[in-house]
Amino acid sequence: MKFKRTLVLTGLLAAMAGPAAVLADEQFVGLPSYRVGAYASGGSGLFGGWIDYMQMINERDGGVGGVKITWEECETEYNNARGVECYERLKTKGQSGNTVFMPVSTGITYSVLEKAPQDKIPVVTIGYGRTDAADGRIFPWVFPMITTYWSQASGIINYIGTKEGGMDKLKGKKIALLYHDSAYGKESHAILDKLAAKHGFEVTKIAVAHPGNEQQSQWLQIRQQRPDYVILWGWGVMNPTALKSAAKTGFPREKMVGVWWSGAEEDTVPAGDAAKGFTAAGFNVAGSNYPVIQDIQKFVYGKNKGNMEDKSRVGSVYYNRGVVHGMITVEAIRKAQEKYGKGKAMNGEQMRWGFENLNLDDKRLASMGATGFMPPLKITCADHEGPGKVKFQQWDGTKWKVLTDWVDSDRALVRGMIEESAAAYAKEKGITPRDCSKEG
Amino acid sequence: MLYREAGQFKTSYSADQQIFPILQDRYGYWVILAIFGVLVPMLASEYWLKAILIPVLIFSLAAIGLNILTGYAGQLSLGSAAFMAVGAFGAYNFMLRIDGLPFLVALILGGLAAAAVGVLFGLPSLRIKGFYLAVATLAAQFFIVWVLVKFPWFSNNASSGVITAQDVVILGYHFDGPQAKYVLTLGVVAALALAAKNLVRTATGRAWMAVRDMDVAAEVIGIRPMRAKLVAFAVSSFYCGVAGALYAYTYLGTVEPEGFNLDLSFKILFMIIIGGVGSIMGSFLGAAFIVLLPILLDNVVPAIFGNALGAGFASNLQLIVFGGLIIFFLIVEPHGLARLWQIGKEKLRLWPFPH
Repeated sequence: MKFKRTLVLTGLLAAMAGPAAVLADEQFVGLPSYRVGAYASGGSGLFGGWIDYMQMINERDGGVGGVKITWEECETEYNNARGVECYERLKTKGQSGNTVFMPVSTGITYSVLEKAPQDKIPVVTIGYGRTDAADGRIFPWVFPMITTYWSQASGIINYIGTKEGGMDKLKGKKIALLYHDSAYGKESHAILDKLAAKHGFEVTKIAVAHPGNEQQSQWLQIRQQRPDYVILWGWGVMNPTALKSAAKTGFPREKMVGVWWSGAEEDTVPAGDAAKGFTAAGFNVAGSNYPVIQDIQKFVYGKNKGNMEDKSRVGSVYYNRGVVHGMITVEAIRKAQEKYGKGKAMNGEQMRWGFENLNLDDKRLASMGATGFMPPLKITCADHEGPGKVKFQQWDGTKWKVLTDWVDSDRALVRGMIEESAAAYAKEKGITPRDCSKEG
Repeated sequence: MLYREAGQFKTSYSADQQIFPILQDRYGYWVILAIFGVLVPMLASEYWLKAILIPVLIFSLAAIGLNILTGYAGQLSLGSAAFMAVGAFGAYNFMLRIDGLPFLVALILGGLAAAAVGVLFGLPSLRIKGFYLAVATLAAQFFIVWVLVKFPWFSNNASSGVITAQDVVILGYHFDGPQAKYVLTLGVVAALALAAKNLVRTATGRAWMAVRDMDVAAEVIGIRPMRAKLVAFAVSSFYCGVAGALYAYTYLGTVEPEGFNLDLSFKILFMIIIGGVGSIMGSFLGAAFIVLLPILLDNVVPAIFGNALGAGFASNLQLIVFGGLIIFFLIVEPHGLARLWQIGKEKLRLWPFPH
């Protein structure tokens, strides 16, 4: 009897000691992932890379300033309604609620855009989402970081210009835009029209209906018009189909330039030999010979804690893009801790400050082991985009090979368009822009 | 014992014809409405209101719309999501272009716009039937979404074709909190559901059912199939349109045409199949089933298996279980959840002395 009581008492004590041990601060990150459905191949790589990076920070450094990062996944199926459900569900999870929302879907981004400022959760959209949200004076809670679709289109034209031997050589050239017929694809229109007027080239827009696994008529049109370059603004199955149709039509793949959602292993491998020579833009590069990826191999996969089911995908384009998501999340936590107290969990408002004051210069990138992995990134109150630079990689038949250094976009033109569009939004919604000189 | 109509005598035709002939049902209706209209907004958390109850109500309304067309009038349609899109973009444009237009009027105008488009795409139903009609409405699905993307006028020249719903103000009151939005949605859905319940019992509703059961016979007894079918398309699209406008205004706030894709149409179709074809009640049950079950599974599966399964496998397992449950329900009760409810009611009447 006595023994039993002791046992119960010990049990009670242990139960009380249990929660006490968890009292150390933890930083919660909600992950609205998609691992099923049409875009699962991209989603599993990206979210895998993101989780692995945070795991690596926990294993190698013991978290950020001693604060362990915790996370929870919520399956969105790339569906807007499910994404909103995930946003609401993750909102109250963790110690201080969800502190950053990165939906990796333009549709879900739009669906939570109005909710986030009320809930004080920063929405970070790296390489997708609403372009004019780069104007931080009107969208304080949204961060379309590193580069936007408009910067990318301009970067691609700059790349084509250098390839031709100068921007003035673009005059009279013909460029065909093969785009996914959706809101995403149409993002390219306004900027390319402006660039065409500026540099004197001719742009032909050719739509491909979703999902894009039938492109006979589009490539017939391309064959008739004989453009000098084809910009592939595709997504999902449309990309390998375009490459295969190009091979059938006899259009040189070296003259095809893809956007960053067209330039992953998932796009080129299914096209087989037809993809050889295809070039694509990217705000991150492929490859595992970067110290940051090697640390993940060592600290995460070495301990068998990796997230990827297929380990060979570590170092692929989508995986590395996920690592970029992880790096930006972690660096924002670090930055916010510098201001609001080291070793504490940050809330959404503090995280927003962290994102807004992010400054990943060459030195910082080098210490993170990511030199050349992503462009140096500096966010300010007015500019939530940052560098707007892309690198171009070419598929050599087995892997992506980096061709160029970071290629600039036409910043003046893009920024002008962003401010114009954001101002129109502010007017429609009756928003007074923030005064950035007063932000600390 | 409690649920029995013994002793309830009907002394007038109107008493005999009312929607809920049994006293308990009449009280039950008000009790349920009171629970969902008063108690739930007071007690439910923001997550439940915003992420679960509002979408269930909105999809119930869309399912009622499709049920009127498919369940009552027998015209198979795969264009429900597109009619929702018309309602959403219609309400948005009416609000945008007419200054000071009251929200409820815009909601109705959005619904009417959807009804007009619905009638247009309902015209082929006069000549073609069954699966061929489904294919014709499939054209509506693709065409409407294409038009909304193609012509920037519909989205007020937004660069990506996305619209942001204006604030909802009725008589000076701003519906911005989750409670307010929920109560507004509930009010609209309850009123329209009651109207639908009434409508299917009128001459129009009976004409629909006659056309559904055998259109030649219906024509012989003097029902005009063209009129009946087109009215069904109009009413159905009106319901879908109002649901679409609510989807934009009280649920998401920002919508894009691609959000109203074929997947959503299928989802609404599944709702009425699971819930019960030809039943208003079933529309609610089906919508709740299709919206809630995946969320439940997403919570339950990781809780049971933890990290033992890979994340990708856990996500796929949810789909497998979801599909399995749908098949299970269809085998056990091909007439849907509404039929289960009905059987339950019959049993309850005899309880505790079944003979």
